[in-house]
Amino acid sequence: MTEAAPVVQSVLETRFPGVVTPDERKGYEGYIVTKEKLVELATALRDEMGYDFLSSVTAVDYLSEEETNLEVVYHLYKSTGGGSLVLSVQLPRDNPVVDSLVSVYPGADFQEREAYDLMGIRFDKHPDLRRILMWEGFEGHPLRKDWKEAYHNEDTKPFSNRWPDGQIFRSEDKNPYGKNNIYPVGFDPTKWEATEESLLYAGLGKAVGEKGNIETDYLVVNMGPQHPSTHGVFRMAVVLDGETIIALKPVVGYLHRNHEKIGERNTYLHNMPFTDRLDYISSLSNNFGYALAVEKLMGKKGAPSERAEYIRVIMAELTRISNHVWAIGFLLNDLGAFFTPALYAIEERELILDIFEATTGSRMMCNYFRFGGVARDFPEGVLQKIRDLVFERLPRKIDDIDAYLTDNEIVLTRTQGVGILTPEDAIAYSATGPMLRASGVPYDIRRADPYGIYDRFDFDVAVRYHGDCYDRFIIRLDEIRQSIRILEQALDQIPEGSVISGSNPYQVRVPAGESYGRVEGPKGELGFYIVSNGKPHPWRYHVRAPSFINLTAMEKMCIGQKIADVVVILGSIDIVLGETDR
Amino acid sequence: MYGKGIIKGMGVTLKHFVQTYVEDIKWFGRRYYKPEGIAHRSSKDAKGIFTVQYPEEKLPMPEEFRFIPFLIYDVLEDGTHKDRCTSCGICVKVCPPQCIWIEQTTNPDTGRPVPEPVEFYIDIDICMNCGYCAEYCPFDAIKMDHDYELASYERQFDHIFNKERLSKPAEYYATVRPVNNQLEEAVRAEKAAKKAEREAAKAAKAAEKDAGGESDNGS
Ligand code: SF4
Ligand code: SF4
Repeated sequence: MTEAAPVVQSVLETRFPGVVTPDERKGYEGYIVTKEKLVELATALRDEMGYDFLSSVTAVDYLSEEETNLEVVYHLYKSTGGGSLVLSVQLPRDNPVVDSLVSVYPGADFQEREAYDLMGIRFDKHPDLRRILMWEGFEGHPLRKDWKEAYHNEDTKPFSNRWPDGQIFRSEDKNPYGKNNIYPVGFDPTKWEATEESLLYAGLGKAVGEKGNIETDYLVVNMGPQHPSTHGVFRMAVVLDGETIIALKPVVGYLHRNHEKIGERNTYLHNMPFTDRLDYISSLSNNFGYALAVEKLMGKKGAPSERAEYIRVIMAELTRISNHVWAIGFLLNDLGAFFTPALYAIEERELILDIFEATTGSRMMCNYFRFGGVARDFPEGVLQKIRDLVFERLPRKIDDIDAYLTDNEIVLTRTQGVGILTPEDAIAYSATGPMLRASGVPYDIRRADPYGIYDRFDFDVAVRYHGDCYDRFIIRLDEIRQSIRILEQALDQIPEGSVISGSNPYQVRVPAGESYGRVEGPKGELGFYIVSNGKPHPWRYHVRAPSFINLTAMEKMCIGQKIADVVVILGSIDIVLGETDR
Repeated sequence: MYGKGIIKGMGVTLKHFVQTYVEDIKWFGRRYYKPEGIAHRSSKDAKGIFTVQYPEEKLPMPEEFRFIPFLIYDVLEDGTHKDRCTSCGICVKVCPPQCIWIEQTTNPDTGRPVPEPVEFYIDIDICMNCGYCAEYCPFDAIKMDHDYELASYERQFDHIFNKERLSKPAEYYATVRPVNNQLEEAVRAEKAAKKAEREAAKAAKAAEKDAGGESDNGS
């Protein structure tokens, strides 16, 4: 919450009496809004008070003996920087309907679909309210607390059959395939026809109708789910007029594993290695976000030690570099420069991964952050290796990549002016990270709402102004250079001392309340929304995944472009399906 | 001039190409299949081609590298094996995917748990190599291994490791993680010394008390 909170509060209370009440539950800092006036309030907040950026929309199921409410939670920010404004709307369980915010913040589109899919909240006037991560033949809304999955063992971990009389079995032996599925009433999987497909195409149909002077037929092309350029199992249904894109819908969820449900069964500590598997290219930055969210709830007890803060920054910036070189390499792959640039990029990334491996024990699944610090100090020699890279090799190699690619005429013609996203659209669609900054919005959480010790470092927020694929490519080089600057300072200043405050217990005490921890991940704003009720497991654990939300603007960027450019535009967003589908 | 950018870019590729051969000549015969060559190719001075020809060549593993855990046993003087594990169950509780199963027994005479597991299973298909079990075990009994070549032809049974399959001697641990082992040995030695001290003090106190009691009786 910002210093401006009292001002906002008085404005809200005078302008909307009876609509907005401060949330008085212990550990909560937002406002409870009556659902009838939500859209009006949001419009006023956006247009008059500067809260133009909707970071996250999610829902919480407060099912307990006393309570049955569902709650929709909105996190609003100003694109000029500052803290959050949290709004929640309480809805009855038997009829959870609320007006959609898509008309005010188009970036709410996918997030509301997700809340509908997983929590069963219906958003009135949403343009295309369908399931997004699960399929149509799926029974129930899995994030509801009364929903149990097929291989259900126990509500929370640790499971009691593992110890002290551990009897080993595999879940599939107890519950063989075929018996592990529940279908909606009257649903027969053998007679299933892809109804969701017709819904998908109906969603695309809205574009059909405005014909030019030549009578042409529209063509629907499905790119993916298996496609060399979709960066994983990801599909785009595209409507074409000739070669020009008229409408496009991303179809996601092929890699969905309900990370959030798993997270609500886990203890706080258990979740750390699971966050590695979100954006598996940059696991340390995922660790960072999650640790921040939990530490916020823990208060003073969670404050990391001084050396740990520096190690965190060093690791997070190395992660950013390795992610960005990878993104650049594979963007070039998408352009058809098959694997030479990618391998030059991977060469640098390998050296960074060597450092991760030597320190954390794993190249990609680092599981390195703990509440109040990090798991272990740098082993001997590693700090020197990082110095060698940062002061010597990386600047040289980044210049190399720059010389190799930035003036290349093929790159220029394929990317300049392609997939333009205006700054207004970028903010409205909740785009974050390099995508937002390449559109001319200098918004970087490290500067706008600093976390950790980022306020101590001198660096520039990289920003480019054309909002096209070329700028989204070049801004990653800019960001690498800024990361190197931060690293140089951090390496010079890193103090000696312990890498964790406290004793690193395996059961952490997290007081009741809600918290939203967000970091500037390499791909954009990565947020963790956690509701604790004081038990060893988070009551609600939500991930605001930048890869997922950045895709909301995909259609906007593609309309009017040629089909061959779709691949480049997608590559320039830089998504990872582990995070998109969660 | 149109095409200048491409030519400049080609210059970078050419440099990479030439460097590979220059390095080959410079490192004549030592660049491949030799530890120092492999180390050089993954150092900050690496130039040209840097791929490692697995499995003929393998990257050296740093000490912290972690893969499927193993259990440590000490070899006693008489040659018998003593598990360090006391079946306390902490690793079971911290394991995020819950892939550890431990069977504990109680001593029929005293009714208290025997500080050694009867069976210890890890389902390595489910293990996510997070390293928590090793990090939080209070007895240094379970540690992460370096052996990553575990492919097998069967998955239903071979991938559930039992105690026998998991157990490795303490010397093995000292070879894969020498630095960590030394640190832990030092801590254990310190603890043992403290314990001995405390016991000695206790014994002394008891003796004193006994002596006092006797004198009391005498008066
Ligand atoms: S391995 Fe360690 S933590 Fe696990 S039961 Fe044995 S002694 Fe306890
Ligand atoms: S490494 Fe992690 S997942 Fe594997 S057995 Fe240990 S605690 Fe469980």
